[in-house]
Amino acid sequence: MSEKVYGLMAEFDSPGAVLRAAQAVRGAGYRRWDVFTPFPIHGLDQVMGYKNSLVGWVSLALGAGAFLSVVGLLWYCNAFDYPLIVGGKPMFSPPMTFVPAYILMIMGAAFGALLGMLAINQLPRLHHPLLFKPRFELATHDKFILVIGANDLKFCATETRKLLEAIGGVNVDIVEDRE
Amino acid sequence: MSEIANIEELKRLAPPAELRRAPVIEGNQGLGWLTDKLSAFAEAKVPLWWWIAFLPAAFAATVIFPVCLFYQVFTGVGVWGNNHPDMWGWDIVNFIWWVGVAHAGTLISAMLFLTRQHWRTTIGRMAEAMTVFSVAMAGLYPAIHVGRAWFDWFMFPIPNSNGNWPQFKSPLMWDVFAVNTYLMVSSLFWFMGMIPDFAVLRDRSKTRVRRAIFSFLAMGWTGSAWQWHNYEKAYVVLCGLCTLLVFTVSSIVGLDFCTAQIAGWHATIFPLYFVLGAVFCGFGMMLLLLISLRKLCHLENIITLSHIETVAKLTLVSGLLIDYVYAMEFFVAWYSGDPYERWVFSHRLFGHTYMAFGCVMYGVNIGVTQLLWFKKVRQNLKLLFIIGLLINLGMWTERFVIVVGSLYQDFLPANWGKYVPTRWDVGLYIGTLGAFFMLYLLFVKFLPVIAISEVKGATPQGDPHHPLGGAPKGGH
Repeated sequence: MSEKVYGLMAEFDSPGAVLRAAQAVRGAGYRRWDVFTPFPIHGLDQVMGYKNSLVGWVSLALGAGAFLSVVGLLWYCNAFDYPLIVGGKPMFSPPMTFVPAYILMIMGAAFGALLGMLAINQLPRLHHPLLFKPRFELATHDKFILVIGANDLKFCATETRKLLEAIGGVNVDIVEDRE
Repeated sequence: MSEIANIEELKRLAPPAELRRAPVIEGNQGLGWLTDKLSAFAEAKVPLWWWIAFLPAAFAATVIFPVCLFYQVFTGVGVWGNNHPDMWGWDIVNFIWWVGVAHAGTLISAMLFLTRQHWRTTIGRMAEAMTVFSVAMAGLYPAIHVGRAWFDWFMFPIPNSNGNWPQFKSPLMWDVFAVNTYLMVSSLFWFMGMIPDFAVLRDRSKTRVRRAIFSFLAMGWTGSAWQWHNYEKAYVVLCGLCTLLVFTVSSIVGLDFCTAQIAGWHATIFPLYFVLGAVFCGFGMMLLLLISLRKLCHLENIITLSHIETVAKLTLVSGLLIDYVYAMEFFVAWYSGDPYERWVFSHRLFGHTYMAFGCVMYGVNIGVTQLLWFKKVRQNLKLLFIIGLLINLGMWTERFVIVVGSLYQDFLPANWGKYVPTRWDVGLYIGTLGAFFMLYLLFVKFLPVIAISEVKGATPQGDPHHPLGGAPKGGH
């Protein structure tokens, strides 16, 4: 086969099993591996060694940016570019800006959360080597799939397969990279 | 079999029956069974009841709605019953009603997520869809109420050759931003929640067209630990933001009223009043949708009686809160010593023109709500359905009483007038109802109507620390 190897995938039956398998893979010193599950699994983040997600910061940045831009916009519209006296009120005052700025802060932060999530997850993407594997479709059904990447320094087609089988993985299979 | 041993152990460890919580899913047979069951409706043939409900809704949405809309836009606001002194009529009544319906959806999906109510996973998606479609209906009304809908762009700060800008010191201007933001953010929230479920439908699809559509919508979602890690963060952030919106949007609608000088409107309680009323009304609509869809889509195991009972309890709580606000309103009207306030409030119940509306409003929102104290009522689906209908009616009447009941008799008797809706008012309302139900039925048929991945994660089989989820025996 001329295709490169992307990695080795193994199936597990329950979230508890895949969590223990993930601990074992981490303990064996692998670094380029991932777990594909039908729903988020409690405790997997710690095993994978993930720190707090950056999405919250993206959301904060866009939210704060939106808040300040709207304050600026209102000042520009109603106090600078076309000053208009309404009911004898000051041309510009912080309370008048609060509600629109607050509302658009929510809009900005919401866009930040969605777009930040997509960007950090590198979505949308049209292609993924795993999506060509028929068994991988079970990762959205009831199976939990652990993949060790071929770009891992410790990756070895036979040794890694042995490890995956030893920790309870079934249907261990090579994933080809069809890039 | 180790699984049977696990189940035996689970039974031994479980608390006594009276302390046990109702399971999120009844008769659960595992994760695969759940996936099949939850995606079944979106994949099956269109059932007959769907067509029976869809065709009248689609007729209202595609015939009555555009006819009323175009006639009003081409002729003017005068085709409605709005006229001096009732410059606000059904258009504003329906606007507030639709915004209100939306709020319970956000409350259920966002606030109950933040408080970790697992039962919410089964009804959250339906609630979000209700929010998105009803905000869309709500947003339409102010846009055409302005009279010259082709000048709607004046409401946005767009540089233009006249060199002028919107006037941001008015709550009506804030409303524009509030409603648009609500529509946008609740749609984002709804869409993001569906991404993993689009992937489920993509992986189950049998035809190429279906696969192409759901692959496009799922955007290459694989469900890796890294994706879930960021997704969960984004979800909790969006839930927090949506919770802010629950309290903001109706408050701003309330500000439209309370900054006016009209007796019956000029009260500081209005923002809170509108939020509570909105949530109460939305729970009424939620009961209608849940009870009917549960039966029609055969989701009895998923949307269990205990979930519906919990929604009924929340309806009771929000109903009691709104009853408290009614009492405060009357108290403040009396305590203010303002003869105009007292006049308006005494005429709500004992007036000559619209007293029937006041009686329906208080009768339903105070009287009928109290039925929900009884467990027998909360578990009787037919009765709950009727109560849901009555709450929607009662809350619609409340908005009528607030808008028209306060306007028709203002400070000078020479100004007094009556408000009678015309056929165009009625037609437009029927049109928006049709459009709402048409969109909702399309959603029910083609999109994942229940959050598949969330429900799976809320079951014992999805919990890695539970024996059924594969945890080692004897604890973790």
